[in-house]
Amino acid sequence: MSGITPQEIKQEFLKSKMGITGITILAILVATSIIAIIAIPVETFQEWNNPGNWISNPKVAIPIWVNIFLTEKIPEHKILNNPSIDRISDNEVELVSHQFGLNFDYDDFPNDFIYEFSSEYSGSPLLQMSVIRPDGIKLELLSSSLPYSDEKTIHSERIFSTDDAIKKNLSLQSEKFEFTFQRLSAEDIVFSKIQSNEPLKGNYIFSIDLYGVNSENQIQQSELIIGGKAFGIMGTDELRRDLAIGLLWGTPLALFIGLTVSIASVIAGLLYGVYAGYKGKKTDETMMRFNDVIYALPALPFLIILSVTISNSIFLMVGFLMIFGWVGIAKVARSMSLQIKTRGYVDAANMMGQKDSKIILKHIVPQLLPYAFASIAISVPAAITTEAGLSFLGLGDPSFPTWGQILHDANTFGAAARGMWWWIMPPGVMIAITGLAFVFIGNALDAIVNPKLKR
Amino acid sequence: MKKYVATRVATMFAVLMITLLITIALVGSNMDTILKQGIVFQVRSEITENPAIAESFSSVNEFESFIQTQIDQRIQILGLDEPWYSPQRIGVTMYKIMLLDFGHATFLTSDEGSSDVKDILFEKLPRTVLLFTTATIIISIIGIFLGALSSNKVGSITDRITSSFAIISSSFPVWWIGMLMIFLFAFTWQIFPARATPDIPSSDPVYIGALLYHMALPLITIVMIGFGSWAYLVRNFMVGIMQEDFIMAKKTIGIKQNKIIYTHALKNAAPPIVTILALSLSGSLGGAIITEAVFDWPGMGRLYFEAITVMDLPVIIGATYLLTVFFLISIFIADLLYGYFDPRVRTGQ
Repeated sequence: MSGITPQEIKQEFLKSKMGITGITILAILVATSIIAIIAIPVETFQEWNNPGNWISNPKVAIPIWVNIFLTEKIPEHKILNNPSIDRISDNEVELVSHQFGLNFDYDDFPNDFIYEFSSEYSGSPLLQMSVIRPDGIKLELLSSSLPYSDEKTIHSERIFSTDDAIKKNLSLQSEKFEFTFQRLSAEDIVFSKIQSNEPLKGNYIFSIDLYGVNSENQIQQSELIIGGKAFGIMGTDELRRDLAIGLLWGTPLALFIGLTVSIASVIAGLLYGVYAGYKGKKTDETMMRFNDVIYALPALPFLIILSVTISNSIFLMVGFLMIFGWVGIAKVARSMSLQIKTRGYVDAANMMGQKDSKIILKHIVPQLLPYAFASIAISVPAAITTEAGLSFLGLGDPSFPTWGQILHDANTFGAAARGMWWWIMPPGVMIAITGLAFVFIGNALDAIVNPKLKR
Repeated sequence: MKKYVATRVATMFAVLMITLLITIALVGSNMDTILKQGIVFQVRSEITENPAIAESFSSVNEFESFIQTQIDQRIQILGLDEPWYSPQRIGVTMYKIMLLDFGHATFLTSDEGSSDVKDILFEKLPRTVLLFTTATIIISIIGIFLGALSSNKVGSITDRITSSFAIISSSFPVWWIGMLMIFLFAFTWQIFPARATPDIPSSDPVYIGALLYHMALPLITIVMIGFGSWAYLVRNFMVGIMQEDFIMAKKTIGIKQNKIIYTHALKNAAPPIVTILALSLSGSLGGAIITEAVFDWPGMGRLYFEAITVMDLPVIIGATYLLTVFFLISIFIADLLYGYFDPRVRTGQ
């Protein structure tokens, strides 16, 4: 413990493979956090629990990269918002036409399709929706007039594929198909082959036509969502949330929780222990008894009670975790300072009349720093897992999407029973990787600080 | 030695009291509100059941004030008119709790339907012991064996695998591995049941068998995650001891390596190992709240979680008290054992 200079520690550390691995993983995690903070606007993750924000995403969609490994491709979720716009004037009738091209190359039907638009018009224009399939057949999907208005008005609407009118229109065209439509949903028919009810691959063109007598009719926002079963890099959950965003945002949160808790509790424990050890006698006895009391408190039950009765804000939670974090370190720091204070230079400083606080901070604490760094690294995983555990029980801060929270939701919606591995695996792997990075760093440091274990 | 034990006992008792005080302080104000609401509800329902009382009043105000006096009277009888932090009430509550009189649960009941907190606790405790204490024992046996084995040849393949497994497994949360195990072995390959609670009544003769079958998955999970760090700890103690002078001396006089490890070194590594064993055995009594919640194991941990979700305060207080008592007893035993194995501790240095 004595006589290790920071340079030596650095050198030794760079020699240890474990330490390097740990630092590398940590660097990647930090980079991820920075990317998350810069790339994903804070508003997005504040909206994490607002279902309205995620409405255009599919439910429980598998990550899209899964398709690489599958021979039968799962339809990807597509949000088309770049229609080609045509405007045709014919005598008095004005036609605005939005056309969406879609290359459908999957072996399963999409979940649904939704057309979302807002239109500015006066009068009562007619909205027609049709699709031209790869085999050239044109299917009329919908034809309805928008609500009548004397003056210029803006009307927003979502047309779902489950709309009864679409179903009715399709059943009128059932003679084009060689199978019966019994209980088939609209998307199963639109995307089906003629001969049998199997997905037809190729280019589809969805066109939305707005007929009116007024030349100022417009479709302002126009978005066609082909509800797939695969979405994004990490898929989505039951509430249509993009898991990639949750996982990304979980990284800075986990690092924040882990580092704050461990740094604060190590500093507190270190100072507490060193002071008790240095003072000795009555002070030491009293301080260590208090330490025993905290040590004997059952941590998790108390954390649960605290978060239920006081508050589950993430910042308070960090404070609660600190209450239980400093105890062990204080014990070790005390015994170390008991040894150090017998050394000559401490005595000398004492005799020269230096203040206690100065002796502690200048002569004893620096000796303990290597140990302190090792314990910071080692205690980070515990803080992260404990917070994740509390969140998993549903006691975490609901306004932040931590990894534990995602797992809590996964458990509530029965992800295991429904085989939704992409909801269960990544958060846990992230927790483990983060923990592992710090355990590696801590163990590498520990081996340097306690050379006995190295051999 | 007597003085040592006496101070320990005194400290333990003080710790127990402080824990109780903190628990009561944290839940006390909620408890009062819930109890008072209960009284109001009771009075109102008694009066609605008995329309004759309502008819005997001429005005609404009179009637309301009658109800209010009734409520106040009952609150006074139960001593709820004083705040929960009045010394008298805290004293009475703590005295009752010390005698294991936790009162009646607000919502939860035992399987037999008793709402006495004591009944509930002592029904759940054996199940937790069955799962977690068994797991702890298995873990410690595997751990001590593997740890001794890998300290025998430091740097060997066994040592490396054990150490890296220990490090990796310690950074996975047990409950997450639990979720994965349920996902894999209960749903993907349907080998084990997903819920750990058997669905046949406990009076059935095949109940024990069903319970053991339901226990398998959580047991495997806990053992799998737990034994690595045990092996690592034991290994580190052993490696430390193997460098002590007396072992070196034994080596030089030609005692066989195996004999040194399994008799001399293991004996000297015993104090810390026994301490950890005692602590983890008592820790196992609380069950792991989260693990039990994941596996739906009907033990102390899940009871605790259920009690907290519905804010069943008597159960929360009772369970916390019981857990703290077990924890303290085991610290105490660990301390005594440590003092027995390592005489240096006793002198209080």
